[in-house]
Amino acid sequence: MTAAANIPHGMDMEALAVWFDERFEQKMAERQANHVPSMTIIATKGTLDMAYPPFILASTAAALGWEVAIFFTFYGLELLKKDLDLKVSPLGNPAMPMKLPVGPQWLRSANLSLPNALMANLPGFEAAATGMMQQTLKQKGVASIEQLRALSVEADVKLVACQMTVDLFGYELDDFVDEVSDWVGAASFLPIAQQSDVSLFV
Amino acid sequence: MMTNATQTLDTRGLNCPLPILKAKKALSGLSSGETLEIQATDPGSVKDFRSFCEQTGNELLESDDDHGVFRFTIRKA
Repeated sequence: MTAAANIPHGMDMEALAVWFDERFEQKMAERQANHVPSMTIIATKGTLDMAYPPFILASTAAALGWEVAIFFTFYGLELLKKDLDLKVSPLGNPAMPMKLPVGPQWLRSANLSLPNALMANLPGFEAAATGMMQQTLKQKGVASIEQLRALSVEADVKLVACQMTVDLFGYELDDFVDEVSDWVGAASFLPIAQQSDVSLFV
Repeated sequence: MMTNATQTLDTRGLNCPLPILKAKKALSGLSSGETLEIQATDPGSVKDFRSFCEQTGNELLESDDDHGVFRFTIRKA
């Protein structure tokens, strides 16, 4: 017991308490300084808008020096396809602002509010909304999902995919990027999540 | 751009998190003690670069606002 050996002889309880508190603080600070933060994200959505949170958070955390793993399940698997064809729909998404990316400023800032029932029946409406959002993202200097995914991979973010979803939806493994590090189930992912400082469900 | 920094990085027009990601990449190419000067127009980058430096241990030497163009100088730890 090296710690006990360091206690000066004849130290009373009060002095011992002070010594312990100081030593404890010092050890905790050491531990924090050596700790590498970690994060796990569960990505369950496969739309263009919901593709952003996992990749923005993962790439940024990696830039901060954190260890990051993303578990892709259900529609989240769409984000791992070699050819990304992500769409966004204002249908069932009443908070989504519908703004034109072109035209004079007054028109661009106007919110084109259309009732859901009408949107659902307009052919090509989803494609139009997706096109508008892609153009707005580009204009505002926001990275594409392809770019954020590549930056995440480059920064050693682990991409883990749900095997069950592949079977469920009849996907071909060839459709997915080679950087997927593992095809596993919940029992393999949860222990990683348990050890991480931050765990998010998107 | 007149500067004494070892390297400069222009992230004007780019939005979160690209300025941070590009800065991180540029810093990894520098040696300890060398400096990186970054230009950005993303207003969120002011707080983000401060937080980035606190987390990564790199030193934020300078953070300036020149009429909407932000300038940061970071010394690599």
